[in-house]
Formats: sequence, structure tokens, C-alpha cells
Amino acid sequence: MTLRLLQRLAILVASLVVSSVIVFAFMAVLPGDPARVALGVNASDAAVAEMRSEFGLDRSPVAQYLSWVRGLVTLDPGSSYVSGTAIGPQLADRLQVTLWLVVTAMVVALVVAIPVGTVMAVRHRQVSGLALSAVSQLGVAIPAFLAGILLITVFAVKLGWLPANGWTPPADDPAMFLKQLVLPVASLGLVQAAVLTRYVRSAVLDVLREDYLRTARAKGLPPMRALVRHGLRNAAVPVVTVLGLQLATLLIGAVVVERVFVIPGLGSLLLDSVSQRDLIMVQDVVMILVMAVLVVNFVVDLLYVLIDPRLRVSAR
Amino acid sequence: MSELPSEHADTSATPLSPNRPGAETNPTQDAVGRRSRRRLNPSLLVGGSLVCLIVVMALVSFVWTPHDPTLVNSATRLQEPSSDYWFGTDKFGRDVFSQIMVGSRTTLFVGFVAVGVAAVIGVPVGILAGMVPRWFGELLMRGNDLLLAFPALLLAIMFAAVYGASTLVAMIAIGIATVPSFARLIRSGTLQVLRTDYVLAARAAGRGPFAIGTRHVLPNVSSLVTVQASVSFAIAVLAEAALSFLGFGTPPPTPSWGRMLQESQELLFLAPRLAVFPGVAIAVAVLGFNLLGDGLRDRFDPKLDDRR
Repeated sequence: MTLRLLQRLAILVASLVVSSVIVFAFMAVLPGDPARVALGVNASDAAVAEMRSEFGLDRSPVAQYLSWVRGLVTLDPGSSYVSGTAIGPQLADRLQVTLWLVVTAMVVALVVAIPVGTVMAVRHRQVSGLALSAVSQLGVAIPAFLAGILLITVFAVKLGWLPANGWTPPADDPAMFLKQLVLPVASLGLVQAAVLTRYVRSAVLDVLREDYLRTARAKGLPPMRALVRHGLRNAAVPVVTVLGLQLATLLIGAVVVERVFVIPGLGSLLLDSVSQRDLIMVQDVVMILVMAVLVVNFVVDLLYVLIDPRLRVSAR
Repeated sequence: MSELPSEHADTSATPLSPNRPGAETNPTQDAVGRRSRRRLNPSLLVGGSLVCLIVVMALVSFVWTPHDPTLVNSATRLQEPSSDYWFGTDKFGRDVFSQIMVGSRTTLFVGFVAVGVAAVIGVPVGILAGMVPRWFGELLMRGNDLLLAFPALLLAIMFAAVYGASTLVAMIAIGIATVPSFARLIRSGTLQVLRTDYVLAARAAGRGPFAIGTRHVLPNVSSLVTVQASVSFAIAVLAEAALSFLGFGTPPPTPSWGRMLQESQELLFLAPRLAVFPGVAIAVAVLGFNLLGDGLRDRFDPKLDDRR
């Protein structure tokens, strides 16, 4: 177990280092001169030179990379080339908003997908199971931002039940916060649920054919109790794998959904920074998103062991 | 270290039927050889029809559209659907139906190039990763997994930040982001092919690794490539729509479904139908390619038959 943990930890650190080099090379080295990009082609050479020395862009790429990483690790990433404001507090604020969205959407997705996917598997030869499969297939084909627009059309425009967009911090006005959270979370969560139900379905279908489930039935457990007591834990392993991978989709889906609902999260920050050619900010936001995905996959890897005791002994 | 469950899933769902004489006699291996005898499955039928619909629409749009999709006309602003304007007009008086037709061209073009990029890189990498010594293959797959942390849209936004937004940039970014799924699948297929008797025979006959890779592995993983291409196409359509929606995809005036959605958003209170038509178009395209991929997978892999 300890060995596995250390092994996984080493892979995580290596992945973080490699991906940070990729992001740095891509955002800071490829574009040529970030100062020139930030100031525009018409800026004087003197202004560009001044900016380069102010932000340390005249140092070697290795020195720049190291100071960028040091900034991220010490949670003090410096200030933006374009606006001149400190990056750290902005990232923290925006990350909080995006986390609200992503975490609640994931919870919604799981709460919907686990029962629905199980029903789909148990009734896979019946009309109700097939109908649910068809609905989930349709859900997979609808991107979250489109779901958002459609939900706005129905619940904000036609019915007028919920605000069409906006964001209020939970501390300012909890009621408004919840109202504004419903539609973006629903658009992210339901689309995610559609994807997840398909994995839950196939995982439960696999489990249904296992001998231990037949044994449980044979000793007299009713089908649903047998499945819940013996099946779902086993079905959870492939579903948890997918959950880790889906987090990347959910984070990037949030980027677009934030734009639909005018929510000041990490995604809006990323898109605004791209249009303002604020490359250092883009670099930081991209790195945070990638870091989040890698860390979650690491956690998921460890979760397997908690879910499936067989993996504890089957060390290769 | 234990095996990842996902790898179990990959190999168990890998359809492989060796191209060798006598294989037809094996009932589990005649799916590819005698596909005409197999019942047409509903996924394949529906998916194929939807994809055909989009392709035909794109082809027809080259020679005919009801109206000029880019013609701005203030006299026909925001018209409701009618016999003249089937889907109505947008805030610039442009015909929505014509825009949807020409937009399908953009969607197919981006999807085609993106999937092409992904297959051209991903298939050789996958075969290579299956044939090289195990430690090196594992290393390649670790690098491959790392790319999974960069979803298509994120990569495309990074590209757009550096090179500016364009269709080409979007296509390449989506293509690169789709490489890992190809490489992983093809590697697991390759590992299976390499365990077969005919590869052993080819080795014994003195064939080199290159000949085995191109003459034995590649033909036998081609069904996997087809399935993955269809599924990746759906992902590419989604990514292109999102990029155009954000303003990082196809620049105006070329019609694109994602940008039509973006333009519709400010008019949701006035003309919600402007969001519905491109939305349905995107969903139809994605659904079509997803179902086509599912249908092809079922057809190539008889083991999955009883799941229907």
C-alpha cells in the first residue's frame, strides 16, 4: 500500500513537472516575446525593453521557468503584464466560483446517474431501460453550453422562475446565490449525468453476470438487494475511473458555461485573458486547470484501493 | 502495481478478427468477414442516416441554398419561419436555414481534419507503443495519459491565445487533443494481435517488425480505427461548436453553428428559435456520429451482442 502510494505520488510529481514545462514552453517561449504581444505591434522598442526588464522577461527561459514555478508553489504568482494587478488573489477568487459550479454539478451528476444507470442495466431488455438509454444518448449529444441556453430559454425566458444569468457570492445573499446556481449547475450536471449513466449501466451489466451475484440470488436475496449489497461496490471501480477523466470535461465545460451565464469564474478569467493577450494569466489559469485534473486522477487512483480490496494484494 | 480497470475494459471490448483463410469457420470471428449476413443494428441505421443527412446537406449547400447565407438585409430582420424563410431570419436578416446548411460544411470540415490529424499521429504511436519493449511502451502511454489532462477545448484556447483564432488552429488543436484516445486503443489492439499465432508464424518466417506492423497489425486494428474515428468525430463537432460559441473558432462571415448560438444568446427573450435550430443541428451531428460509432463497434465485436 505504501509502495503504491509512493509510486503514484512519484508519477503525479513527474506529470506535474512535464505538464508545467509543456505549458511554459507553449505560452512563454513559442509566442516569441510576451512583452511585444502584450503591448501590441505598434509599441516602441524602448517600451518593450522596459517591460521585459520589469517582468524579468530578459532572463533565460530556464530562469523564467523556475521563477514561474516558484511563484505557483509559493502561491505568489506575481502580477499580470497587461493589467499590472496581482494574479494570486484573482486566481483564488475565481477558482472558488468555479469550484462551486464543478463540485455541485458533479454531485448532481452522481445523484442522477447512479440510480438511473442501475435501472437501465437491470431493465436493459425492457422498454423502460431502452427509453432511458435513448434519453441518455441524446443527453450525451448536447453540449453543456447548449443545455444552458435551452434551460435559460425555458426557465428564465418562458417561465420566469429563475434568473437568466449572474453570480452572487454565497456570503452576500444566500438565497440569490442558490437561485443563480440552479441553471448553470443543472446544465453542467445533467449533461455529465447523461455520460455517466452509460458507464454505470455497462459496469452494472458486467456485475450482473458475475458468479457472486448469482450466488447471492441463490441464497435467497431479492434482485435489488443482491445488487446493492454485492454488486454496486464492484461496479464502482470502472465508474470511479471515468469520474476522474470526466472531471477534465466538467472543468472545461464550466469554462464555456460560465460564459453563457456570465459567471466570474476561472473560465471567464481565462477567456478574458486570451482576448486581452494577457499570456501570463492564461498560462497560470491553464496550469491550474491541468493541475486540478492530474491531482484528481491521482486521488482516483488511490480510491480504487479503498473500493476494491482485491487491488491491495495483487501488486505486480 | 495493479492493472488499471480501464485497460481491462479496453482489451475486453477489442474486436479483432485475423485476416486468414479458414477464419470464417469460427463463429466468433465471422463478423468482419461476412458482415452482410449480420442484421443491421438500430444504432448503425439511425447513426448512419443522421450522418448521411448532414453530409448531404453540406454537399447540396455547395450548389444550392434557399438564400445567400451571408446576405445582410435589414428589411427581413428577425422574420418568423415561413414558406420563404423555412427557419426564419436572424437579427441581420440572414436566412437561418441557409446558414445551417453552410454551417454543416464547417462542422464536417473541422471534424474531418481534426480526426485525420488524430489518426495520423495516434495510430502509428499506438502500434509502436505496442511493439517496442514493454517499459518503453509504458513510458509512451504515460506521456499519452498526460495529454489527457489537456482537453480539446483547453488546448484550442491555448493555441488561440498564441496564434489567434482561426479554423486551422481549432482543427489542429482538437486533433492533437484526440490523439491519446487513438493511441491507447490502438496499443491495446496491437498487444492482442501480437499474441496471435499468425504473428508468431510471421516472426518465425523471418519477417521484420516493420512488416509485421504494417502487414499484420495495421489491417487487424483498422476496425478499431474506424470506430474511434466516428466517436472522435462527435467530440470534434462538440469542441468546434464550443470554440465558435466562444469566438475562437471559425471567424465571421463563414456560417458556423456555434457562432449562430452565440449570436442567438442576446436575443433569447425575443427569438428563442434562433438558439433552437443550430442547437438541434449540433445535437443531430453529435448523436449521429456517436450512434454510428456504437453501431460499428457492435458490428465489429460480436462479443457485445447480448448487451443490446
